[in-house]
Amino acid sequence: MDPNHPLLEIARRRVLILDGAMGSMLQTYRLDEDGYRGERFADWPQSLRGNNDLLNLTQPEIVESIHASYFEAGADLVETNTFNAQSISMADYGMAHLVKEINRAGAELARKAANAASTPDRPRFVAGAIGPTNRTLSLSPDVNRPGYRATTFEELVSAYKEQAEALLEGGVDALLVETVFDTLNAKAALYAVEEAFAATGQTVPILVSGTITDASGRTLSGQTTEAFLISLSHLPLLSIGLNCALGAKDLRPYLQTLAAEAPFLVSAYPNAGLPNALGGYDETPEQMADAVEEYLQLGLVNILGGCCGTTPEHIRAFAAKAARYEPRPLPAAL
Amino acid sequence: MKLSGLEPLIIGPLSNFVNVGERTNVTGSRKFLRLIQAGLFDEAVEIARDQVQGGAQILDVNMDEGLLDGTEAMTTFLNLIASEPDIARIPIMVDSSRWEIIEAGLRCLQGKGIVNSISLKAGEEEFLRQARLCRRYGAAVIIMAFDENGQADTRARRIEICERAYRLLVATGFPSEDIVFDPNIFPVATGMEEHRRNALDFFEATAWIKANLPGALVSGGVSNVSFSFRGNDAVREAIHACFLYHAIRYGLDLGIVNPGQLVVYEQVDVALRTAIEDVLFDRDADASERLLALAESFKHQGKSAGDRTDEAWRSLPVEARMEHALVNGMDAHIEADAAEALVALNSPLAVIEGPLMRGMNTVGDLFGSGKMFLPQVVKSARVMKKAVAWLEPHFEAAGAAGGAPRKQGKILLATVKGDVHDIGKNIVGVVLQCNNYEIIDLGVMVPAQKILDEAVAQGVDAIGLSGLITPSLDEMVFVAREMERQNIRLPLLIGGATTSRVHTAVKIQPSFTGPLVHVNDASRAVPVVQKLLGKDRVAFHSELRAEYDRLRTQYEERQREKRFVSLAAAREQRFRPDFTAKPAPPKQWGVFPLRDYPVEDLIPYIDWTPFFQAWDLHGKFPAILSDSLVGEQAQSVYHDAQELLRQVVSESWLTAHGVYGFFPAKSVDDDIEVTAHDGTLHRFIGLRQQGEKAAGQPYWCLSDFLDPSGDTLGLFAVTVGHGVAERVRQFQAQHDDYRALMLQALADRLAEAFAERLHHRVRTEFWGYAPQENASNADLIAERYQGIRPAPGYPACPDHLEKDLIFRLLDAEVHTGLQLTDSKAMTPTAAVSGYYFAHPDARYFGIPRIAEDQLQSYAQRRGISTAEARRWLQPLLD
Repeated sequence: MDPNHPLLEIARRRVLILDGAMGSMLQTYRLDEDGYRGERFADWPQSLRGNNDLLNLTQPEIVESIHASYFEAGADLVETNTFNAQSISMADYGMAHLVKEINRAGAELARKAANAASTPDRPRFVAGAIGPTNRTLSLSPDVNRPGYRATTFEELVSAYKEQAEALLEGGVDALLVETVFDTLNAKAALYAVEEAFAATGQTVPILVSGTITDASGRTLSGQTTEAFLISLSHLPLLSIGLNCALGAKDLRPYLQTLAAEAPFLVSAYPNAGLPNALGGYDETPEQMADAVEEYLQLGLVNILGGCCGTTPEHIRAFAAKAARYEPRPLPAAL
Repeated sequence: MKLSGLEPLIIGPLSNFVNVGERTNVTGSRKFLRLIQAGLFDEAVEIARDQVQGGAQILDVNMDEGLLDGTEAMTTFLNLIASEPDIARIPIMVDSSRWEIIEAGLRCLQGKGIVNSISLKAGEEEFLRQARLCRRYGAAVIIMAFDENGQADTRARRIEICERAYRLLVATGFPSEDIVFDPNIFPVATGMEEHRRNALDFFEATAWIKANLPGALVSGGVSNVSFSFRGNDAVREAIHACFLYHAIRYGLDLGIVNPGQLVVYEQVDVALRTAIEDVLFDRDADASERLLALAESFKHQGKSAGDRTDEAWRSLPVEARMEHALVNGMDAHIEADAAEALVALNSPLAVIEGPLMRGMNTVGDLFGSGKMFLPQVVKSARVMKKAVAWLEPHFEAAGAAGGAPRKQGKILLATVKGDVHDIGKNIVGVVLQCNNYEIIDLGVMVPAQKILDEAVAQGVDAIGLSGLITPSLDEMVFVAREMERQNIRLPLLIGGATTSRVHTAVKIQPSFTGPLVHVNDASRAVPVVQKLLGKDRVAFHSELRAEYDRLRTQYEERQREKRFVSLAAAREQRFRPDFTAKPAPPKQWGVFPLRDYPVEDLIPYIDWTPFFQAWDLHGKFPAILSDSLVGEQAQSVYHDAQELLRQVVSESWLTAHGVYGFFPAKSVDDDIEVTAHDGTLHRFIGLRQQGEKAAGQPYWCLSDFLDPSGDTLGLFAVTVGHGVAERVRQFQAQHDDYRALMLQALADRLAEAFAERLHHRVRTEFWGYAPQENASNADLIAERYQGIRPAPGYPACPDHLEKDLIFRLLDAEVHTGLQLTDSKAMTPTAAVSGYYFAHPDARYFGIPRIAEDQLQSYAQRRGISTAEARRWLQPLLD
């Protein structure tokens, strides 16, 4: 990790603010099947509603305006709208061949919004989002065949490499391997990212964020937070952290573990509470800001944002709180 | 090194030896091979589970068999055990000689595993390529000491290859803490001359790697060492125990073993142990022959420790039987024994706190001193648990008889996160339950937040935290801090083997303002909890706080004493004696041998007190002979010693040789410059006290006793050890360990007596600076005379390297037959060498620790690297 990288320069002074949810914001536009399809995919044989990443091609103005609203709320860093944009997930829509295009477009939209919001004093950044895929390398989907796997390490590497290369071509400042529920998937992603760096000749900072599934304190694939950290420390990451699944309050004990051990920056972007009966998220910006204030008081984080259910108003409230606290001291390795 | 399965495994300077389970290896386990070949993977998974339950901390998996599709077998097996949380919790060692199998294995590991192994066999380019890939898959590597010219089989070749591999890797940015060397464990006692140093070369290469290649760890496949004894499992296991015991001391960090079959070093028959150690250390040319001969007589002793049929211990008294069962991890009779003990002691608590706790204390001591390994402790714990489980209903019966249904309070107990030890906690729980407390036991590995959430949810009255391993101490601090932060000021009890009152006072109390107490004894748990929760609790809480505050202050004061002054400042405040009082030069300069010194003349000079210490009998001679506690034992040993001494003298068993010399010398700061009789100049490199002292107190160094403008230094070396080894072997062959030990202890005392006698004659005759001295033996022992004779390796001169120059200047090898080993120990061991300082103000002192600046200066003056200096002076640097 280049010690002079602008993200590190900022991290030495204050907590970096990441954006909030893309999905919650898209819902406010109430797009129907036609809205997702646009003109280009009007005749596509499969249903496309819910293929959020496709909106980079069919509704680019909406995606760009959501990025802009997060920058306006105080985010330093937004995630591209590419969480599912690799060939394995896109195969569900028969769109594996569009992966490059969706990622490149996603990166360019965020780039445009970032450039528009940047000032010489306050540069803004784009992180290329790389999700977990819908397969697991450490778990069998079939309880009767525990040795079976629905994909292979090599397949994942090749899917992730294609996505990472396209994100780099689209101009991202960093790559974010996120919502890691199976550490072996993340290892494949990191392996692929290194291949993409070699192929494109571009190297950018890598952020990793795992997901603690429930109160057991473990990832879906069974690792404790410490084991998760150890398993992904072989690359010089910019940050490691946790997102999704839990609300801010419940995430805190695991962040304490990372804050104590991680030789990288520590990030957190929790959900707006646990899902309600309808699958929605209820915590208001004020409630959630009070919960993340505990992270700030304890000096646990360097990067703070929101996951499912969070909005620009949540991010604005986080930024206001964060401005009043010192960031977690940078580990010696950085 | 940090590794992970589902849970972390951190191997550092403070961790104990790490066991790698070896049975999931088709080349080492016929059973495992058969199962894999037959496709019976479910049963193969059970072998993995046995290894983990038996105490394996890492699992070695190897599928290198000609008829197997190794890649597929590796993938299938690793995917299967990934689905078993109790197996997958530990890291995996992917073991293969074929790179494609290793790579297939790495693609199945979500945790950080270890590759076993890569090497320079196919050249640097391939080596670096494989290392780079291991890194990209997030694995540590074992590097076998193998290069383009073959496998390393000497100390020098091992060092050469490991150093080369290390430099290559570190230059590419590979983290040194992810490098593990396997310097090749080869079979011993093969009968081949060139194999005689197989174990010793491994040991020494291990020590070299640890001293010179910072961060790197050392591993080895242990079973190989006993390959010559195939079919004789009892002897093989004894060899493994002895080899591991010593290898760990030389720095071995992890070893591939069968954790279910480790025997305890202390339990190996003494004669067999000696024979094995003679082979391991290549002590003489006949060592292998002796071991082979002896091995035959052990062959009948049961197949292995795993299923030992020797039942002689069953005739011991019940308490001794219980201890034996605990130390050896044998649970077959423990319930019957517990029943018998319950009848005798009439209380289940008395059985637990008596024979069972004594047995577990023995286990703890053996573990602490490296004579037992984790898997064995696990077995002991299993036995303990079985006994406690059997006793538990009797507790309840005893409690019910008292019949008091109303609970006195609710206590939450938990072993903290990262720790799995729960015997102590369970006993405390049982004892408290019997005293009518309600126990909420959260089990082991409990995260801080869960403890606090449960405490609040269940409305408990106190929280008890337990832990055995060192990192648990930090976790307890964390729990206390979180209690404070979250405003949970319930009484907090701290317990477990590594906890202490001082730790509780120094580390926990400052972060927690609630009532806090350290309890390490199940029998104390009840009165402490009663007081904590009783009507006078407020007074008790402040009493505790005051006591811990006092402990902390004392501790901090002691810590302050451990501060250093700079070497320059220490030299500035050196001891400056009055050199006008320095002794006259000796009558004659030079070196003077004393061959075949009469042993009987030495007997009056024996200091008997340490002799009794060797037998674990503590007290001053002659008072010890009438001591109420150990007097009888002491008399008996003393009597036998006199008997043996008479025989030693009348049959001339031992030979005493000595040499002394006087040299013109002067001090140069901390060093001493000596002129040899041929006119050449030599230099002793001195160490100086550096721990901060009160103003005006000098910082001692031996050189202070010599005039910088010219003075006299005496040197000496004596031994009474020639002849000891042969006799000891004879005794052992007759299974007379008592006399074997007795003779060794006497020889040591005679060597000291020789040093004492010679010093006396040096003062009064040979140097003659105190011709009128008239000291009794008691005066001699109390050192009431002029001048000192400090020895390298002892407190005033902790540096063993000084022996080299003493030996050279005295030509001691020729005159005394003594030799120095690589680690500068004298052989035979009944020997003393050292200096004479004759100044009237010369005195003994100790150098417990030195600071980094002195280490640097020392290394430079000694002309060795700092790393090497660090190795020699390690005890002074901790």
